[in-house]
Amino acid sequence: MDIDLFRGILTAVIFFAFIGIWVWAWSGRRKSDFEASAALPLEEDVLIHNKRENI
Amino acid sequence: MDTAATYNDKVVRQFSIMVVVWGIVGMLVGVFIAAQLIWPALNFDLPFLTYSRLRPLHTNAVIFAFGGSALIGTSYYVVQRTCHVRLAFDKLAAFTFWGWMLVIVLAAITLPLGITQSKEYAELEWPIDLLIAVVWVSYAIVFFATIAKRRVKHIYVANWFYGAFIITVAVLHIVNNLAVPVTLTKSYTIYTGVVDAMVQWWYGHNAVGFFLTAGFLGMMYYFVPKQAGRPVYSYRLSVVHFWSLIAVYMWAGPHHLHYTSLPDWAQTLGMVFSIVLLAPSWGGMINGIMTLSGAWHKLRSDPILKFMIVSLSFYGMSTFEGPMMSIRTVNALSHYTDWTIGHVHSGALGWVAMMTIGTLYSLIPRLYNRAGMYSTRLIDVHFWTSTIGVVLYAVALWVAGITQGLMWRAVNTDGTLTYSFIESLKATYPYYGLRLIGGLLFFSGMIIMAYNVWKTISGKTPVPVAVLDPA
Repeated sequence: MDIDLFRGILTAVIFFAFIGIWVWAWSGRRKSDFEASAALPLEEDVLIHNKRENI
Repeated sequence: MDTAATYNDKVVRQFSIMVVVWGIVGMLVGVFIAAQLIWPALNFDLPFLTYSRLRPLHTNAVIFAFGGSALIGTSYYVVQRTCHVRLAFDKLAAFTFWGWMLVIVLAAITLPLGITQSKEYAELEWPIDLLIAVVWVSYAIVFFATIAKRRVKHIYVANWFYGAFIITVAVLHIVNNLAVPVTLTKSYTIYTGVVDAMVQWWYGHNAVGFFLTAGFLGMMYYFVPKQAGRPVYSYRLSVVHFWSLIAVYMWAGPHHLHYTSLPDWAQTLGMVFSIVLLAPSWGGMINGIMTLSGAWHKLRSDPILKFMIVSLSFYGMSTFEGPMMSIRTVNALSHYTDWTIGHVHSGALGWVAMMTIGTLYSLIPRLYNRAGMYSTRLIDVHFWTSTIGVVLYAVALWVAGITQGLMWRAVNTDGTLTYSFIESLKATYPYYGLRLIGGLLFFSGMIIMAYNVWKTISGKTPVPVAVLDPA
């Protein structure tokens, strides 16, 4: 295969992969997983011994 | 107590404290060399105090010591919390801390001695490069082994950014530093001519893209939602943000070599990809800032959030400025002038340092069993000194840079240069003064921070934190 044809095909593959990522990210089935993930930073630490000291 | 039931926060505490220390050291060197540009006699005719040797010390200290410690420390914190497991391999994690500190100390000794590979941001000679490679691979093992044993199904987006940063920096560091050693302190790169230049700026720009951007985006995606008390604005957007950012950044390096002997097509490629980068960069900025939508009132009372939001604003500004400067015709004016230095600092101080500072103010009390920092008022004072400092700095060097660019390209009708170089230098002097004031302000903010951190942690014994069970 000639190198320019290969480059053209590669560009098309990457373009469709990019579209694919959008479709995947916006699909309804991902919604609950994403919501669970997005909540991860909001969890609070559980201390073993005592509570946090106030300032 | 079963240690697997608690998080390994010791290594996070070690890195976090050293961020403040190295921030002060690195910025002090920066202030000193800014003063040298105004008063050259400040090198006291001592070789190890010359600008040429201290400038790489400054860049290495702020990027790799200050920024690197912040990234490694926060990534260890974030990966444990979002994977609901203790960090893998306690001893290897401890090695990454002491190994990284040793690298920094060796840099602080060798660079003033003039031992250098003369590659920008990759000055350190081969024995130190080998040590960096070992420490970095250990860091990768600790991080990815923690992800591998996670008890949460999905890998949180911050870990994707940290992970990309770790893998890419390993590849960049190893490839760019391939060299033939001749003595313990001297080596020759295996690349020659324009290939050497291209490899160097492939490394250099991706150090910006993955060390100073992807890593800090990981920090942003965890600590901005945490501090705002709200989930990230759009998790879906963060997925697209990640893949598009890492796919595009890799190709932007050639914009550092416009109008050189690098082939034109490669220069154009670098320019086009740099312009495309605006899209993922702004997608990420919008995602971060909009996390505050519905909670904007918090900005009034929480200076930590102010740090984060102003940081994201500087990120948006410098990722607009960068693509613009990568356009060849704009670069013809901006390159080799102080505009570039101004651009770097609006990214490095505005985005990287302010995100780091905000994150540390949020993190340090948690690490030392406190509800908050010793003084919120001092955080606010720090916020304003930093903001005014970075604005003064950036504005001074915009004006200086554009002045230099215009004076250097001005020609008389007979084709001779209108200005001599020394005339452009004279015109730059007042702005160097303004830049020194800006740098001093930013530096003084770090001193305020050190005091606040000291008062927050002194006499406090940290208590272990239990590993959370999966939801």
